[in-house]
Amino acid sequence: MSDVLGNIPPGMSDSLAVLEKQRSTAETFGIPLAVLLEITHRCPLQCPYCSNPVELDRSGKELTTDEWKKVLSELAEIGVLQVHFSGGEPTARKDLVELVKHASDAGLYTNLITSAVLLTREKLSDLADAGLCHVQISFQGVEEGLADRVAGYKNAHRKKLEVAKWTRELDLPLTVNAVMHRQNLHHLPDIIQMALDLDADRLEVANVQYYGWALKNRAALMPTVAQLDECTRLVEEAREQLKGRLTIDYVVPDYYALRPKKCMGGWGRQFFNISPAGKVLPCHAAESITGLDFESVRSNHSIAWIWQNSEAFNRYRGTGWMKEPCKSCEFREIDFGGCRCQAFALTGDAANTDPACALSPLHETIFKQAEREAEGETNRFLYRNFAGGTLEPENDA
Amino acid sequence: MAGPRHISVSEASRPVLPRHAKLKYDETRKVWVILAPERVLAPDEIAVEVLQLCNGERNVGDVADQLAAKYAAPREAILADVIVMLQDLADKGFLTEAREKTL
Repeated sequence: MSDVLGNIPPGMSDSLAVLEKQRSTAETFGIPLAVLLEITHRCPLQCPYCSNPVELDRSGKELTTDEWKKVLSELAEIGVLQVHFSGGEPTARKDLVELVKHASDAGLYTNLITSAVLLTREKLSDLADAGLCHVQISFQGVEEGLADRVAGYKNAHRKKLEVAKWTRELDLPLTVNAVMHRQNLHHLPDIIQMALDLDADRLEVANVQYYGWALKNRAALMPTVAQLDECTRLVEEAREQLKGRLTIDYVVPDYYALRPKKCMGGWGRQFFNISPAGKVLPCHAAESITGLDFESVRSNHSIAWIWQNSEAFNRYRGTGWMKEPCKSCEFREIDFGGCRCQAFALTGDAANTDPACALSPLHETIFKQAEREAEGETNRFLYRNFAGGTLEPENDA
Repeated sequence: MAGPRHISVSEASRPVLPRHAKLKYDETRKVWVILAPERVLAPDEIAVEVLQLCNGERNVGDVADQLAAKYAAPREAILADVIVMLQDLADKGFLTEAREKTL
């Protein structure tokens, strides 16, 4: 048994095998098992590390209720098993209950990825009745002042705690998603305790990934090597202690790694997401790569066709597109050269080796720069919004 | 609320998949899957059979009885295998134990 979607936890049993190993998505580009639906970019929070693109889709461009329903039916039909309703803030859409119901009726496993601040107990109960299978709530920290400052939203933390409590009262499984960076990593032990106190089933200790908004805020967020080592130690210790009680998934920032991550399991191999405007994307940051044309569910093509045949998905599939040092590298089919979006953002060419890789000629420079930034010249955030960001007042940082 | 989080599987326990883990036949790929948060697990045939019997009413002993009868195999060996498989699932958070609602 193992998971096909995230990190592979150690010591998986033999009686339950990985789906990917049985049926190689690598060779066939089989339809992904799970799809991320970013149903809106609207969000009341302003987190400086938001994974949405810096160019956000405005509400007028969003797919309509009927268009999303058609998408959901089509996904179920072609073999997708799970959908994650995400955003922006998915509960900002008034039709969320209707969409969850439609997805459940189509046989899809539904997951809500939410900031929680817009939810009422009644709304959550309606979602549960509509067949929602799982709730994931993001937390900006454990200490109210800092958490609300990161979110750029007053009383956000208190509200999240309340919604987490309702989630468990309604007998919905709960994942606490804790986004970690230099300014809150020292709270990790308390965050683990908070997940336990909230009776969460799962905790994601997700270090910020530096694309889009987070890249703009890198100097305020980048942890030190020592912080990260301590974080890893704490996670490993907690995993051992809490075995069977709390599942902990762990995502490290790849800046301090020697090998790049197999981003998205490889471009166009096992993941796609759909943007608020209906673009089918190999990764939620893919639109940051200029010069790629992404097909929309509003086009005349089916989603399966777009996945299999569209130029954007095929551009960086496999290894044929690679340049040196990837091209002749023995790891080329292990990590597929890392992350295309990061390669583009840091080198200007998505076909270059991701500088997270020690074999990239830029690795050393970038590592040194990150180390310097981690020394903490500034803690000021550039808050995420539709206006391209607003710098935090100096006195608040 | 759901049952206790960390269960220790024994002959007497009455395990069941928790709400967030759903056993389903995947028509597209022609395999059984367990759908869970951020994970899709692929149980083998025996695991599927065991899980289908784990309805929260039968205990592990009953499950072993049924499988031993069906496969005309020694019950003790089957029981041991079933407990190992279920405990593994429990350790990963994909198994709970049925009990009275306490709300």
